[in-house]
Amino acid sequence: MVDFSKLKVGDALPERSYTATNVSLFCYNAAIWNPHRIHYDERYTTEVEKHPAIVIDGPLQGDWLSQVVVNWIGDDASLVSFGYSNRKASYLGETLTSGGTITSIDPSTGDVTLDIHIRNENGEITSPGTAVVRFQV
Amino acid sequence: MGDLLTDEALAWIGRSDPPIYVEVSRRDIVKYAMSTEQILDKYLKGDEAPPMFVASLSRDVAPLADLGPDGIPEASLTPDLPLKRVMAGGVEFDFHRTVHPGDVLVFERSLSALTEKQGRTGPLIFVTHTISCRTEAGEPVLDQKQTRILR
Repeated sequence: MVDFSKLKVGDALPERSYTATNVSLFCYNAAIWNPHRIHYDERYTTEVEKHPAIVIDGPLQGDWLSQVVVNWIGDDASLVSFGYSNRKASYLGETLTSGGTITSIDPSTGDVTLDIHIRNENGEITSPGTAVVRFQV
Repeated sequence: MGDLLTDEALAWIGRSDPPIYVEVSRRDIVKYAMSTEQILDKYLKGDEAPPMFVASLSRDVAPLADLGPDGIPEASLTPDLPLKRVMAGGVEFDFHRTVHPGDVLVFERSLSALTEKQGRTGPLIFVTHTISCRTEAGEPVLDQKQTRILR
């Protein structure tokens, strides 16, 4: 349960780590019906599209970013807007960590803005994003 | 800037596809929720759709014969461009309403921008599609701006 009255700018949201596998990427790409070979065909991915390994889907990382927000608010607030960009590709074998911080709070509307990110094991932010959530005030 | 975008390609900006109708099923929500490692019960049980599930519903589902050598169907609303490798770019959403099993959603997609940029490893083309999602009754669900990067 998030208590809106106790939120402060700079508060960190819970972090979570994800390690995609061939199986998890198969299930995800089947669920969204994405037949792009860079997510399951290693030889094609490295030889034709010249990636070092199978690519972790950008929208999957987008989902993990959205989960930073929706898992934090639960049913205490609604998601108003959300966006991100995939700045650096991530590959099978990497462990990615999602997280975020509060960047502004509007007590009159209940709106809270957030910076959210996916970080790789080198500490690089690979997918930065922002979100706005609205608490009932 | 560069010369990758011809007048013919730029003339595509503003074109739109016929609307796509999608009936939301609980099982599809559950598959998505499991594969994305959701933790909230409302998603794992399929009572409500995770926000990014809704975004995935406007993807093309094409006959296998129409899939290209990369596995992807030829993109609609994208002119023939000189760069061929597709990377996910970014996406922005405004949410108006949550989505539940049985909802019938109407997606309308248009090509809103084509932009050439210089990346670290060579030229890039940013292709931006705007997607609006409403219920069949016309209630706004979400507005989405989606960018793909060609390299």
